[in-house]
Order: sequence, then structure tokens, then C-alpha cells
Amino acid sequence: MTAPNGQYAYYPGCSLKASASAYERSAMAVLERLELRFVEIDDWNCCGATEYFSLNRLPAYSLVARNLALAAAQPTHELVAPCSACYLNLRKTDDHMRQEPKLKEQVNRALAAGGLHYEPGTLRVRHLLDVIIDDVGYEAIAAKVTRPLAGLRVAPYYGCLVVRPFESDDPEYPTHMDRLLEVLGATVVDFPMKAHCCGGHMTQISEDTAFELIRRILHNAAAYQADVIVTVCPMCQLNLDAYQGNVNRRFGTAFNLPVLYFTQMMGLAFGLQPEALGIGSELVPAQAALNKIGQVPAETPRHTPKRRDKDALPMPSRQRR
Amino acid sequence: MPEGPNGRTFYQRVVQATPGGKSLAQCLQCGSCGGSCPSGPDMDHSPRQLFAMIMAGMEDEVLSSNTPWHCVSCYYCTVRCPQQIPITDLMYTLKQMAIARGKYRESGHVDFSNSFIGMVERFGRSFELGLATRYHLTHNPLKMVSKGTLGLQMMVKGRLSPLPESIRNMPQLTAILTEAKRIAAQQEV
Ligand code: SF4
Ligand code: SF4
Repeated sequence: MTAPNGQYAYYPGCSLKASASAYERSAMAVLERLELRFVEIDDWNCCGATEYFSLNRLPAYSLVARNLALAAAQPTHELVAPCSACYLNLRKTDDHMRQEPKLKEQVNRALAAGGLHYEPGTLRVRHLLDVIIDDVGYEAIAAKVTRPLAGLRVAPYYGCLVVRPFESDDPEYPTHMDRLLEVLGATVVDFPMKAHCCGGHMTQISEDTAFELIRRILHNAAAYQADVIVTVCPMCQLNLDAYQGNVNRRFGTAFNLPVLYFTQMMGLAFGLQPEALGIGSELVPAQAALNKIGQVPAETPRHTPKRRDKDALPMPSRQRR
Repeated sequence: MPEGPNGRTFYQRVVQATPGGKSLAQCLQCGSCGGSCPSGPDMDHSPRQLFAMIMAGMEDEVLSSNTPWHCVSCYYCTVRCPQQIPITDLMYTLKQMAIARGKYRESGHVDFSNSFIGMVERFGRSFELGLATRYHLTHNPLKMVSKGTLGLQMMVKGRLSPLPESIRNMPQLTAILTEAKRIAAQQEV
């Protein structure tokens, strides 16, 4: 079920070239093992994140459509983005241009000013998670596992945009990444907040709003005794990882939950070295958790008693395992 | 109902500026949207209330409500709405209209979006350090202190680039965006 000629147009997005370079590094290492060929779109531009659509929709669509036009010049119909926000913007622009002839005409008039054109429907826009699961499949992934993540308790965090509004799985309780992580040998914890919002750009605008959303997610993962939160989006990673300290200070909590990308988990299970996967660039260090699966050699395992939040609700899972 | 410049009501303008917006007419006022919203406590009006106000033509009240600005774009409401109303996209439309009419009160949000897009229009890429400094210096200089420490940690970890990266074909992108803005300016939102 891979792309007809085995090739995918790849849209990295700005984060993967900066704050989320670990995501790109690990994704590339894993894709090589899976023999998927990604060709980066030449001279791609920012997707506008959630900001441009709030200001002025026609330039917002046109900004995204330049990328679609450049991608459509590649000999493939598959376009892949690893960032959930980029994925949504690309897919939404294609979808809305298809739905609305007037929008299609106006966006193409703007593109024509730069000598470009995009015919909506030409590309199938997909998230990296969906490509790996649907095109490679669990069995083929299992066949590559050489160092199962046995004993590691992981909380699969999907966030919003990979499952909503375009539903690649259940939009409220998706499980396809759960299965992927199980195939890698990890213990997947129940995680009711798995598809809730990380706060998005609110960490920059309104900390009161953002920190509470982040707190709820961390609280939920800690209550289910996860060692690691696994994410599919650079924005989610940044919010849960980089702001975890702020959240602890604000709420008097002691969360110590490393947040890794699903591609880093795959790489570890495939026997790749942590450094080759960009592990170590997270602000909440993953080392203690990785010691558990013998991935990081010779370091005194840190004593991490399972914390119980004073305001935690009684969770049935405490008895379950 | 109060009418806009082209004889269209506020409701019609909202609907026409939103892909799939026509379904707003089918709103049941069931409240599933508000009940699903993680930002509910911060909002002046729940999405359901806002939609009733749009139907009632309360343009000023709707455009000065903080509700769309607190939308985190999580799409929970959209997938839960029994009438498949594109609620999140309606929030984007309302933000644009509030800016166009100068009605917004949430200047922090608008400044942030403007800083972000300023980077993109200049470099074709967003640039986190530039964004953080530019936005926080103009909007909330005190925040720079705490953001500064985080920025330093990020820099040490190699996650924050001190230099902006630019795309090669900026003239092409500029031409596209200029034309898009010209077309947008000809239409009323
Ligand atoms: S969920 Fe949909 S139908 Fe129900 S009140 Fe909200 S917009 Fe209206
Ligand atoms: S998309 Fe916006 S309005 Fe809808 S539930 Fe999420 S935050 Fe609330």
C-alpha cells in the first residue's frame, strides 16, 4: 500500500529544522530502516501555523498552497508532514479549495502571480504517523524490532490535529499509535487525555490557559504511572516538555515525565543508538526512563519514586496493575 | 436584521466567509460544542451562545467577545457537533472580522499572530527566537525574563536557532501574498 513509486513528497515544517530537530533526525533514521523514500519539497515555506488563518484567510490559504504547488511538481501524489499543525493546514487547504470553487479560483490567481498553480485533489496529504502505520503496517514494523521496549510504560499522546477534524482513527480515543507502541514491546497505559489539547500557541499568549491544559495531561499520564509520554507533534512536545518546569512551579507539582517522539521509540526498538535519534535534546531528560530498558549504558539509575499528586483523583488503574 | 454594506446580514457574511458555513443554519442549540470546549471557563460566551447571537444579528457583541480568541483550535466541538457545523473555522472567520472591524479586545493574541506572520512574510519561515523576542519585547517585556531562561535552556540543547533561515525564492512568495492580499481587500468580510 505504499506510494505507487515508493516515493513521498516530504514537508518538514519550520519546527523540524529547529526546536524539533530530534523529530526529523529520528524520523529519517527510522524511514531508512523501513525503506521509505522521502524527498523534501524544494524551497518550501512556513505553513502559517494557526496564526495566519486568524488574520486574513486568502493569504493564509495561498501561503499553504505554494507548498502544495511545489509538492505537486514531484513524481508522487503522496505528501507527508510530521507536524500535526502543518499536516492540518496542508490538508485543510486542499480540502477547502476542492469544496469551494471560488476559493480555488482566488488562490490560483494569487499563485499565478508567482508562476504557480495547484489543482486541489492532486495530492493526498497525510501525517507521518498514518503513513508509517498504514503503508508499512504493524507486521513489517514488528519484523524490524531488535530491542523490544519491554517494561517501559508509555502514554500515547495524540493531541488534536492528527485525529481531528480529518479522522484517521477515532477522533476522541484513537488507538493506532497504541498498537504501534505495543508492537515495539512497550506497555501502553490507559490514557484518557490522549487526544486532549496541549494548549497550542497559548503558551505564548495566555499562560493561565495553557498551563492548566498542560497540567491536566501531565497529571493524567502520571496517574497512570507512565514512564514516558510519546508524541506525534513538535508543538505538543514543546508544550509538554519545555513548559513542564513552569507547570510544576505554578501548581506545586513534581511531574518528571520525559516527552519523546514516536519515531524515537521506533528507533530505540530497532536497535539504533539514542544519540542517532536526537535523544538528549529534551528538557526533561529521558535517561532514567531509558535505563529501564537498558538503552543508556552505565549510569546509576536515578531513584524516581512514583509520585502521587495531592490533588489526584482516585484512579482505578492503581489497582489494575 | 442589521445589514452590512452589500445588503448582506451579519449572519450571511459569517456563513459565506467560512467553508461549509451554511450548516450553521441547522444549529440545534444543543450545547455539545460548549460542553466539549477546554477553553470554556475563559470564554465570555460559549460557542452555542455565540451562534445564537450571530443568528440574532448581534454583530458588535459577537465581534467584541473574547470567545474566538480563546479557541485553541482543538476541533473537539467540530467532531462532536451533531449538525457537522465547522465551528473551529467559524471561530477563525470571527477573528478575521473582529480585526477587520477593529472590534477585538484581545490585543495579545493579535500582536502574537502579527509578529508570527511578520517573520513568515519576511523570511518565508518562522523563526522561534525572533518570534519570542519580537513579540515579548513589544507586548510584554517582563515576560522576557522567564522566557529568557527557557530560551537559554533551549539554546543549550541546540533547539533554538539564533539566526533566521530564509527560503530562496522570497520574490515569488512575496508576489503570491501581495496578490492574495489585493484580492482579499476587494471583498468585504
Ligand atoms: S454542537 Fe453544533 S448544533 Fe449543538 S449548539 Fe454547538 S454548533 Fe449548535
Ligand atoms: S475548537 Fe475552539 S471552540 Fe471548539 S472546542 Fe476547541 S477550543 Fe473550543
